Amino acid sequence: MEGGLVLLGGGGGGNGGSSSGVSTNESAVLSKVEVVSEAESELELGLGLSLGGGGCSTGKTKASNSSWGECGRILTAKDFPSSVVSQRTNNGGPSSVAVSGTKRSAESVSHDSGSPTAVSQVVGWPPIRAYRVNSLVNQAKAQRGDEEDKPKDDLKKKHNYNGKQISSTVNEKGHLGFVKVNMDGIPIGRKVNLNSHSSYESLAQELEDMFLRSANSVEKEPSTMASKLLDGSSEFVLTYEDKEGDWMLVGDVPWRMFVSSVRRLRIMRTSEANGLGMYK
Amino acid sequence: MHKKMAFSFPDEVLEHVFSFIQSDKDRNSVSMVCKSWYEIERYCRRKVFVGNCYAVSPRMVIRRFPEFRSIELKGKPHFADFNLVPDGWGGYVFPWIAEMAGALPWLEEIKLKRMVVTDESLELIAKSFKNFKVLVLSSCEGFSTDGLAAIAATCKNLKELDLRDCEGDDLGWHWLSYFPDTYTSLVSLNISCLGSDEVSFSALERLVGRCTNLRTLRLNRAVPLDKIANILRHAPQLVEFGTGSYTADLRPDIYSDLAGAFSSCKELKSLSGFWDVVPAYLPAIYPVCSKLTSLNLSYATLQSSDLIKLVSHCPNLQRLLVLDYIEDSGLEALASICNDLQELRVFPSDPFGVEPNVSLTEQGLVAVSSGCPKLQSVLYFCRQMSNEALVTIAKNRPNFTRFRLCIIEPTTADYLTLEPLDVGFGAIVQYCKDLQRLSLSGLLTDRVFEYIGTYAKKLEMLSIAFAGDGDLGLHHVLSGCESLRKLEIRDCPFGDKALLANAEKLETMRSLWMSSCAVSFGACKLLGQKMPRLNVEVIDERGPPDSRPESCPVDKLYIYRTLVGPRFDMPPFVWTMEDDPSLQQLSRANLM
Repeated sequence: MEGGLVLLGGGGGGNGGSSSGVSTNESAVLSKVEVVSEAESELELGLGLSLGGGGCSTGKTKASNSSWGECGRILTAKDFPSSVVSQRTNNGGPSSVAVSGTKRSAESVSHDSGSPTAVSQVVGWPPIRAYRVNSLVNQAKAQRGDEEDKPKDDLKKKHNYNGKQISSTVNEKGHLGFVKVNMDGIPIGRKVNLNSHSSYESLAQELEDMFLRSANSVEKEPSTMASKLLDGSSEFVLTYEDKEGDWMLVGDVPWRMFVSSVRRLRIMRTSEANGLGMYK
Repeated sequence: MHKKMAFSFPDEVLEHVFSFIQSDKDRNSVSMVCKSWYEIERYCRRKVFVGNCYAVSPRMVIRRFPEFRSIELKGKPHFADFNLVPDGWGGYVFPWIAEMAGALPWLEEIKLKRMVVTDESLELIAKSFKNFKVLVLSSCEGFSTDGLAAIAATCKNLKELDLRDCEGDDLGWHWLSYFPDTYTSLVSLNISCLGSDEVSFSALERLVGRCTNLRTLRLNRAVPLDKIANILRHAPQLVEFGTGSYTADLRPDIYSDLAGAFSSCKELKSLSGFWDVVPAYLPAIYPVCSKLTSLNLSYATLQSSDLIKLVSHCPNLQRLLVLDYIEDSGLEALASICNDLQELRVFPSDPFGVEPNVSLTEQGLVAVSSGCPKLQSVLYFCRQMSNEALVTIAKNRPNFTRFRLCIIEPTTADYLTLEPLDVGFGAIVQYCKDLQRLSLSGLLTDRVFEYIGTYAKKLEMLSIAFAGDGDLGLHHVLSGCESLRKLEIRDCPFGDKALLANAEKLETMRSLWMSSCAVSFGACKLLGQKMPRLNVEVIDERGPPDSRPESCPVDKLYIYRTLVGPRFDMPPFVWTMEDDPSLQQLSRANLM
């Protein structure tokens, strides 16, 4: 279980004497990470637990203001701001590992990244009831009317209503932001908020986190299932039931069109998904 | 010998005196005075409140209070509202209905919050309680129109049917026609959560028409504006009304119809609904605005100027729910017009956007705190905050009892100084000595918890997210907040130490929720072992916690005090930590 990974923020933490805490966390975390560390070099897991220890409380830099929010999520290479990288390596650990409780979207972390289109993907945040979210979405659509000829490049659309700029996630009339998701072999279904996603990738990522991490055996390599839901190379494929009741493969149509017609999702075994469409 | 006071009055007199004592807390106090008062009180308690349906069994409640007529039950933890509690966790009401069906034939009221209510439960209610009067389902799920039809068809004395915030797959309307033509006792109907299938206006209109005692009617979005006038004309005695979709083609006849109908409602005090609102139709409600005390515009996508115009007609408002389209300017206007305002909730119109879409900042809240002397309850979503503003707000309004601030982006610092918001929230707890409920947000260190532990002595419910540095923060709260009953925490670096050090505290609280924190499975087991009167539930969809090392943090943790030990209706992803190691094997086997 010793994967040669060193936890950062050694020694002290906000509450002192946490060295034992750190080491137990270490072993906990190592057991999860060992299979991943070699496989996905670009996949780095933020150290959630060390925040109780040294990481954020002692080394407060500007980056650390948001670091708790970004720790405990799965980072990918593309969103790793260099300031955060240097903070981590400065603390003496080559990499750090972790418990990811909730995940943030890549873009929302780097505040100066200049991409305002991203939305938060933290489950249950901001704390708004689903019916409110759904109502906002439905109303935005109703007000827009059938303005199908609006430019379709951006998923976060701004439009004028009574002279006011209102942003709304594009979502057709009557569609609820939350849809049910079921996975073959798992009796309990989940719900996912389509409004908080702007692409198939981010949706697939959330679904993978929801379902594939709940696989019974922890030894299962999450990385082999990562992002494979969309390209047909894993054991499961992502399908959806559309407004007409047909089951389709997710990913074939533009995102916006998908969002407007999806009724519910199903993570289906690849073997059962024959005849649903082309595999890439 | 001195004759004891208690024996100098016959029981009936004491009972009569007790009947004036309605509040649960007071009743509980009365019952603790002496044994005879305990006995007298338990037979005459008519209303029972069970804050956690798993804290006690229905049989125990019935045994102690054999004559109650009204019960209020709560199921899932509050964070279930935000999808943090997986489906299937629990909160089933059926066992309660089943027990009460036999023992309490005269039961009149059932009020449920965050519970799973099946059609079977509703049918059993309809069948079992001949004098059934009040059914309130708040944020419940699990039922369909079939169950509602059973209630409508059978409960001849039904006065109140309130389905606020419930969800169900396509809850339709057809069950409304199951109210018999002879049925006239409806006083309150809230169907704002229904879907749009099978809308039956004629059934609704007939029902409204024959129930002349109707005081509260909350419709759902499917009811179009041109139907409202007719409904209001059938019920001019309404006190509380919720419209449906408040939009129609601009036609003078519809407008005058509507305006006329509203003016005939002399008793209206509360309005809600206003989905899809078209500003041109708003003046139709002006005739009733001066008497309005409660206005729910939280679905109304009106811009600031329209909102200000509307609010300026409502000087007697005590309660306002609104979207952040109202902006700072609207809140400033509100502060100058509505001096009786007691409760304000400002919801975000674009909760998932990163950039602000409206000009609503901390200034709006400062304005309201300054201009509304009776303001005591606030729920405010915004994107920026400063310590300076919070200190000003605290000093302006020491009479806050509920203060819930949600800065939309987690760990947002004071935008002026880039510091944590510890000092600001510290001022809130220091100045608002009667604060009962607090929700934190923004960048916060352990320091804010030190303030909370030191000053928030009346605090009963605390919600924490993305805050703190370590165990010390949690320790401050658990050791300092004397009145704490409910604590809910997500995504904070709180671990084992504070929890274990304050284990006894947990028995004085209703419940503790911790998700995405750093509490290890080992600590959960230890807590379960040491504290037999707590249920320590580990909720983990990754699989059994004992398939991972003990030091591995659990995903979600729900701890609550209970008199009846672990529950037996847990789904496969919930484990209750046993207090006896030898029982652990047994319970795991049961779960398989």
